[in-house]
Order: sequence, then C-alpha cells, then structure tokens
Amino acid sequence: MNAKQSLASLLLGALFGVGLMVSGMMQPQKVQDFLDFTGSWDPSLALVMGGAFLVSALAFPLIVRRKVPLIGHKFHLPTARDLDAKLIIGSALFGIGWGLGGFCPGPAIVGVATGSTSALLFALAMLVGMALHRTYHDLTTPSQ
Amino acid sequence: MPHFTPYSALLGGLLIGTAASLMLLLKGRIAGISGIVGGLLHPSKGDASWRALFLIGMMTAPLGALLVTGHLPEISSQASTRTILLSGLLVGFGTRLGSGCTSGHGVCGLARRSPRSLVATLTFIASGALAVFLSRHVFGGAS
Repeated sequence: MNAKQSLASLLLGALFGVGLMVSGMMQPQKVQDFLDFTGSWDPSLALVMGGAFLVSALAFPLIVRRKVPLIGHKFHLPTARDLDAKLIIGSALFGIGWGLGGFCPGPAIVGVATGSTSALLFALAMLVGMALHRTYHDLTTPSQ
Repeated sequence: MPHFTPYSALLGGLLIGTAASLMLLLKGRIAGISGIVGGLLHPSKGDASWRALFLIGMMTAPLGALLVTGHLPEISSQASTRTILLSGLLVGFGTRLGSGCTSGHGVCGLARRSPRSLVATLTFIASGALAVFLSRHVFGGAS
C-alpha cells in the first residue's frame, strides 16, 4: 500500500470518527433512548441514519459508474443476494447486544480512544465474539 | 422529547455519509466497521494495513475534540460490567454472522438498495428495541 492510500485510510477513518462523535451516538444512553419506542423515545438516531443515507444514497450510484475507484484497483462490493438464516439470526443477535449495551462497533472503537472503560470492555468482548464466530464458521463450513 | 438533538444528529449523519461515500470513491470499499475490524482478525496478505489505519484514524477523533474543546468526550454508561461483556460478545458474533452492523448494513447497504441490508437493518432495530423494552420496562433497570 502506498503513502497516498495509507493517508486516505487514516483520514477517512478520522472523518468517520468525527461524524460519529458529532452525531451523539457515542452515548449508549442515546442509542437506547432511540430503541425505547414505548418509553422516552429519542428520534435522534433516525436523523443520523437519515443524514448518512441521504449523502450515500445520492453518491453511491454515481461512484459505482466508474470502472475503478480513484486510488484503488477495483471496487470491493458485497455479492451475496439471498436472505438466509445467517443474515437474520446474526442481525437479531447484534440488535440484542446493541440494545443491552447501547454500543455498536463504530462508536465503541472511537469510545476506546476517549479512555472509557465501558467502551474498552465492550470492544474487547466484541473481538472475542468475532473470534468465536470465526471458530464457529470454520467448524461448520466444509473446507474446500 | 428533552433529549432530541436534531441538528447535531443530522450533521453527524451527513459527515458519516460523506466518509462512507469518499471511502467508496477513493478506495472502492464499503465503510462497514464490523467488517473492517473482523477482517483484521484474520487478514489476507496486504489487506491488514488499510483496516488498521482506518481504525486508528477513527480513534484520533476524540483527540481532535480534546484539541478543540480542551477535554475528551465522556461516555456515560449505566450498564453493569456483566451486561457490557455480554453485549460485546453478542455484537461481535452477530455482526460477523449477519455480515454487517449499523454502518455496513444500515448506511452503506441501504444506500446500495440492498434487500439483504434492509432486512438486516429492520431486524437489528426490532431486536434492539425488544432488548431495551425488556431490560428497561420488564426487568426494570436490571442492567
């Protein structure tokens, strides 16, 4: 990876992190308040997703008209199409964890850098969960 | 709705969408955080450094806030250590099994009009709402 690509990765991460901080979604309570439809509902997260969707839904179709990205060799886009049990069970488990703790991966990563013990513990447990999935995947997928 | 923060939420969302769009335009990648982290655990050759740099970049954001405002943002979590650890395990396992989280499915996937991402997003919002309903209103502050 050349210097231009490295710098781009770093700056893109920084912009994403600033967006998460500005959005208010670093606060677990605020995420949980959005999910609390029968209690003190806070619609802020809907505006975060709406704002992010607005920009990317306009930009993405224009971008993928290109043959290659500006400083990459090709587009790496998901190719899976089927609505399978993995997608639904995985998303359901993620949602339960998201609701219980109020953290999702992005805010947790940024949160670690604030010195928050909660974010650090969450991020470590998340890595363990990801490693467990890898083990589960290797055990259940026949090797080719 | 005393906690509603429409302007910062919308601005934050626009910045996140801009970052995701630039990621696709420059690097041809989807800015899905669980995927970026997950790929780092078992990287293929030449595929690790951009992931690490992106995550390091994300972690510079609070330091930027420190420079601008003079203090680090504070995260206040009400959850017990046990709940935090359980939720982290569920998020880690679930996002890998379901191939994405709030950023990959909820932002990038919806922007690509992916039916899989729409189903994933509706599912994690529904199960998240159920988890909050049970923990706040049924088992009242049990977390």
